[in-house]
Amino acid sequence: MDQRAPNLLDEALGLVDEEKTKPWPLSSRVVLVEDRVETSGAFVLHHLLKRALSPHSSNDVVVFLAFSQPFSHYDRVLRKLGCNLTAQRENNRFFFLDLLMSEFPDGDEGNKDGLVALYGKIEKVVTTSFQENKKCITIVIDDFSLMEVAANGSTNYVLDFLHYCRTLTSAFGCSLVVLNHEDIYSSIERPALILQMEYLADILIKAEPLATGLATDVHGQLTVLNKEIREEQGSSRNKICNFHFRVKENGVEYFYPGSKT
Amino acid sequence: MAESICRALRDGALQGEHAPALTIKDSIASPFGFHVFTHLLTQLSSNILAAKSQSRGLVLVAFSRSPSFYLDLLNRKGIDVASSQKCFVVLMNVWELKHCCRIEILDCYTDPLGWKDALLASENGGSLSNEASTGASLCRNVKDMDKLYSSIIELGKGIVGQGKVRFCVAIDSVNEILRHASISSVAGLLSNLRSNDRVSSIFWLSHSDLHEDRVTAVLEYMSSMVASIEPQNQSANGRRCNWESLPLLEHNYWKGRFHVRFKRRNGRVRVMSEEFHVEQSAINFRSISSEDEIVNRSLLPKVQFNLQLSEKEQIDRAKVVLPFEHQGTGKPIQIYDGRRSLTDGKSEAEPVSTGILQTNENSSKGEIIYLRDSDDERPDSDEDPDDDLDI
Repeated sequence: MDQRAPNLLDEALGLVDEEKTKPWPLSSRVVLVEDRVETSGAFVLHHLLKRALSPHSSNDVVVFLAFSQPFSHYDRVLRKLGCNLTAQRENNRFFFLDLLMSEFPDGDEGNKDGLVALYGKIEKVVTTSFQENKKCITIVIDDFSLMEVAANGSTNYVLDFLHYCRTLTSAFGCSLVVLNHEDIYSSIERPALILQMEYLADILIKAEPLATGLATDVHGQLTVLNKEIREEQGSSRNKICNFHFRVKENGVEYFYPGSKT
Repeated sequence: MAESICRALRDGALQGEHAPALTIKDSIASPFGFHVFTHLLTQLSSNILAAKSQSRGLVLVAFSRSPSFYLDLLNRKGIDVASSQKCFVVLMNVWELKHCCRIEILDCYTDPLGWKDALLASENGGSLSNEASTGASLCRNVKDMDKLYSSIIELGKGIVGQGKVRFCVAIDSVNEILRHASISSVAGLLSNLRSNDRVSSIFWLSHSDLHEDRVTAVLEYMSSMVASIEPQNQSANGRRCNWESLPLLEHNYWKGRFHVRFKRRNGRVRVMSEEFHVEQSAINFRSISSEDEIVNRSLLPKVQFNLQLSEKEQIDRAKVVLPFEHQGTGKPIQIYDGRRSLTDGKSEAEPVSTGILQTNENSSKGEIIYLRDSDDERPDSDEDPDDDLDI
């Protein structure tokens, strides 16, 4: 199976572009990936990473905030998908911020200062890339719940941080991709954090197990809620897509429910 | 209803009274509050720029979208903000020009907490954000409610100048303010804005599920109108979208109910409902179709007795065949209701539905002669209650 060929996920996100003429469709948009413990949504991040670093254009830059895995992990996964992260890092197209062991200093001000400094780093990369005429910048946060942990659980500051990252999307046309876990908020009556993120998100991708239970050849379902698809001449439409997926060693297979033989 | 809100916001406040205030609230199940907000914003802006409204300007406090987003939006809707800005230049030069209308944006989006400012100061250089070029006033500390209040009022006065001319205020997210300040200080801000004699009308958007119910209640108490956006079909859990029933969701997600509650001066509350449909990033309103309304009515709890029947209900009732009711079977139905005497019955050729107790067809078997004393006698004096039954 050709990995370059657009699949259902690309279609749902509007990434299908045969002539490579249109600008990056996720530009100025916030993508929220929600997953659960039974179905990890990491593969969606990998897919977006691969698309963002596509060999067709050298103007793409990815800023990756890794709270959950080390660089070598992403390097191995992406290599299977046909994308060399080490080389991209050397080409200054992939900026990896290893925040695995990071913990902001305790106390209210410490949390805030840590997040401000982190934001400062991102802003610097974005502005310098922008000045170098690399206009297609993607900021990826993997994952948001661990960021909350690193900030000693201060939800408000983490949301402030997210807001500032969002200002970059409107000012520089960046896209912001955030992974978060839905089920860790399931027992809270008013999960303000995840709700706030859902309000902010322009595209919501949910990875869930099948409603009917486990199956060997279907690993789960993806629901993509695209709040506004912009088309030529300012027209736009809204869309909800749902399809099943199967995670394989070197790629993911997407198919409509019932269409797999 | 959307129009009546627009009208109320356009007409503004009476002298010596609070400005009309509108809360737009939505929840994640139907997150289209922002669409309603932008709809009202564009309507009101075009009214203001056409000088049809009481106010001569609008201050937009932007928390959740960038000022450039709003400028784009208004331009796309055919509202030329640029010309209104030119108007401002004229206003700056010729102070006599009073009737100038303008939209001013207070930017609480770009740098609400002063992080960028602090980073810039620490680096002593670096590039400024693009947003600064849009000409919107920047607010770098949204935690200070007094500062926020005074900058809104100053911006407004900057548009309309001194005197008695009023302006409108629009706040695109109360939630963002509430993240940085307590509900009491936010309530103070809103109520100060409402009672300011330069403010013509004010409206704000709030996502009701991000806060406790009491916060929503406080906001609703302070507003003379509440517009709530609800999904078409309330899902069982109420909070999150019901992703299991996806085909239904796909169909209904972009639609919903739009309820508006008006609070009159005398305390009377009126609730009206409409349907909305979101398409192409625009929101369309239409009245609820009658079929839905009937279903809706039967689902509503009955709180009042309905003492009158409509014409349709009367016809329907007349058609109902009751058990044991005499169907006539060829003969005319003669049911005695006591109002006609025997002699009357004889003289009438064909008594229909009213008549006498006994017919005269079989007089050999004896007959009961009943003569009523007078017409004033109550007809049911010795009436057979089961007279109309075919037993």
